Amino acid sequence: MKFTRDTLKSHRSGLHAAQAGTTVLVGMGTCGIAAGAKAAFQTLEKAIADKKLKNVVLKKTGCLGLCFSEPTVEVKNANGSSTVYGNVDAALAERIAVEHLAGGKPLTENVYEQPAADIFNQSASPLKQTRIVLRNCAVINPEIIDEYIARDGYAALEKALFDMTPDDVVKEITDSGLRGRGGAGFPTGRKWQFTKNTPADQKYIVCNADEGDPGAYMDRSVLEGDPHSVLEAMAIAGYTVGASKGFIYIRAEYPLAIERLNTAIAQAKQCGLLGEKILGTEFSFDIELRLGAGAFVCGEETALLTSIEGNRGMPVPRPPFPAVKGLWGKPTVINNVETYAAIPIVLLKGSKWFSRIGTETSKGTKVFAVTGKIKNSGLIEVPMGTTLREIIYNICGGIASGRQFKAAQTGGPSGGCITPEFLDTPIDYESLQAIGSMMGSGGMIIMDEDDCMIDVTKFYLEFTVDESCGKCAPCRIGGRTCYNILDRISKGKGQLDDLQKLKDIGHAMRKASLCGLGQTAPNPFMSTMKYFEEEYRAHIVDKKCAAGKCKEMLTYSIDAEKCVGCTACARRCPVSCIAGEVKKLHVIDQSKCIKCGQCFTACKFDAVKKG
Amino acid sequence: MSENKLTAELISFINEWKNKQGNLIMVLHKVQEHFGYIPREIAFEVADLLDVPVAKIYGVVTFYHLFKLTKPGRNQISVCMGTACYLKGGEDIILDLERQLGVGLNAVTPDGEFSMEAVRCIGCCGLAPVMTVNGEVFGSVKTAQLKTILAKFRGK
Ligand SMILES: Cc1cc2nc3c(=O)[nH]c(=O)nc-3n(C[C@H](O)[C@H](O)[C@H](O)COP(=O)(O)O)c2cc1C
Ligand code: SF4
Ligand code: SF4
Ligand code: SF4
Ligand code: FES
Ligand code: FES
Repeated sequence: MKFTRDTLKSHRSGLHAAQAGTTVLVGMGTCGIAAGAKAAFQTLEKAIADKKLKNVVLKKTGCLGLCFSEPTVEVKNANGSSTVYGNVDAALAERIAVEHLAGGKPLTENVYEQPAADIFNQSASPLKQTRIVLRNCAVINPEIIDEYIARDGYAALEKALFDMTPDDVVKEITDSGLRGRGGAGFPTGRKWQFTKNTPADQKYIVCNADEGDPGAYMDRSVLEGDPHSVLEAMAIAGYTVGASKGFIYIRAEYPLAIERLNTAIAQAKQCGLLGEKILGTEFSFDIELRLGAGAFVCGEETALLTSIEGNRGMPVPRPPFPAVKGLWGKPTVINNVETYAAIPIVLLKGSKWFSRIGTETSKGTKVFAVTGKIKNSGLIEVPMGTTLREIIYNICGGIASGRQFKAAQTGGPSGGCITPEFLDTPIDYESLQAIGSMMGSGGMIIMDEDDCMIDVTKFYLEFTVDESCGKCAPCRIGGRTCYNILDRISKGKGQLDDLQKLKDIGHAMRKASLCGLGQTAPNPFMSTMKYFEEEYRAHIVDKKCAAGKCKEMLTYSIDAEKCVGCTACARRCPVSCIAGEVKKLHVIDQSKCIKCGQCFTACKFDAVKKG
Repeated sequence: MSENKLTAELISFINEWKNKQGNLIMVLHKVQEHFGYIPREIAFEVADLLDVPVAKIYGVVTFYHLFKLTKPGRNQISVCMGTACYLKGGEDIILDLERQLGVGLNAVTPDGEFSMEAVRCIGCCGLAPVMTVNGEVFGSVKTAQLKTILAKFRGK
């Protein structure tokens, strides 16, 4: 049925009244499913039916963010207390059903800490995380619109349509201090204001769900766990700037997010929350999906719009900005997924509430995908201004396998690294920029002493070179040249003046490239050269890679003391350069060795040495 | 090749999208979903139906990494080489698969069973290293598991 303001309100109170009993939530985002969440779900489903458990509701939901312990299951009791279980395989799911659900005794093993308090019923002691953007992820079933409505979903749209003028909305968003979460941090309220003030017969609202930064999956989790929050925000944006049409540009690599968005759009239309005459008003707004096709540069806003138009996704110079001349030449608001997901709650709770969280210049929270050599890798949401030390050591359990923290890369291939001496820098847009990194979209890759900064930098540059659209020379040629230099250094053929060359080309690329891709491509090497100059010198002068990653600099040799002559290495060697008879010492012919490392992995006796 | 013909379903999809702006990429996705790649004959047919130059279609197909111009294996393996997976040994997975399959990246095994490509982050970085076979995601992959994973798909 199509809601009006009154029926939506009474429907919501009806949903509130119906809530009771125990809820069992199974995290079923892409990652949870990959880790085996379906088996856990089916086991719980069967056990609940077999035991005829009453007052137990089993739900699939988005992700809780505890990726390191997927699949996760949360049992929420009627009294509000809850237990989070991790690594739930079928056997553990059966035990949860028998002992906890039927027997009333929570298990003591595999129990994890609740990541964050629910902001809708905030408890007195807030946990380390504050979930604003992820408020509904792992709380609601994203495939059922009623669950979103019950959590004040579409109440912000209702408030905007009935109680606020477009100018009021702009003011509220501007006052909140919300800045774009896609990387650049542009104030969202101002962006909407510009688009609103540009007269046109047609305007568009676009959501950037391209999430191309490798190692980042905040947007995927929001879309899989709470798709309606983005739809609602886009409709609010449409009302505010006077647009009747929206597009979500989403990467094709996210099939589950696409499926859930399609479901959400269809349900919202059925309920009169999208489509013609929303909530019985004169406002109409429709949303369609457009799929990306694996081009990182299409995350850049002008390239993205060109791609939606059905072309090769090449950036165009700005100005004019999309707010003035965007999709098909019409004024267009383009925001990131996370930016949109924050909007409904900013309107509902007010700009004052939002701007109390965070730092002077960076308001609210930021979602990070913390991955790499971290013990508890996962998705976290923290107030702006939280330090890297708190994230790594308090929230994510420190570095995996007790190694030393070496650097964190934020902003992916466009960003820079944060070194141990900056562990206490508050994370906000300005502070990160000051130390040569950037906020980026929220990928945070943790590296330890086993990672080689030259190797990682080369990896990033290979990525940007590969993804450069080739339109402008500084990026196309500069990027390739720098990659070649880094490649040379990693192979022990670098020269000291290479460092100066990298700096010079890097400066030129920053100044002269047409779009953000080329302008930011030098960041990884500029930043690592600044903080890890010694490591560069070791590669160039001593021809040594301390982390053992630059394989051309390694030599493999066999320890005569330890070799038992099992022949395993010789059989694995792809170029047959290991000589030796059964039960006799084996020897590597260094002139033929291609340093593939196969012998190292093959030897069960620790006899092959790498160094 | 006579097998490469637009099906009724594809034609009706194209007709449905024909008058929408910016339809080409959506149509190409649908074509690739059906054939596994963009066959040459089909590119010509699509050009006719959408009334765009063939050159434009090839321009778009060659720009985007996801579109393929050659037929992939019956089972498509994608190994993630995004940052998180790279740091956690994605390259070793590729090397090991290359050895087991006997062909390198972007090639099809002689029996047509498998093809393998490197992809950039599928968003399961928390489970790195990650690979997919026909879209099914495998996380925290160890080289020792690869044989079993391949066996699950071979000949099926
Ligand atoms: C090379 C490049 C890639 C980008 N990729 C993304 C992306 O994947 N997602 C995103 O939201 N913004 C991305 N951006 C930023 C967008 O251009 C744009 O600033 C953003 O979508 C605006 O939304 P916001 O104000 O809400 O952040 C990228 C920028 C560049 C230069
Ligand atoms: S900077 Fe690079 S990606 Fe951007 S327009 Fe120039 S060549 Fe293309
Ligand atoms: S590193 Fe590779 S090529 Fe060299 S000896 Fe060992 S197996 Fe042979
Ligand atoms: S595998 Fe190890 S123990 Fe066996 S022959 Fe080679 S070096 Fe010697
Ligand atoms: S727990 Fe879902 S993103 Fe990892
Ligand atoms: S880096 Fe491999 S899934 Fe993200």
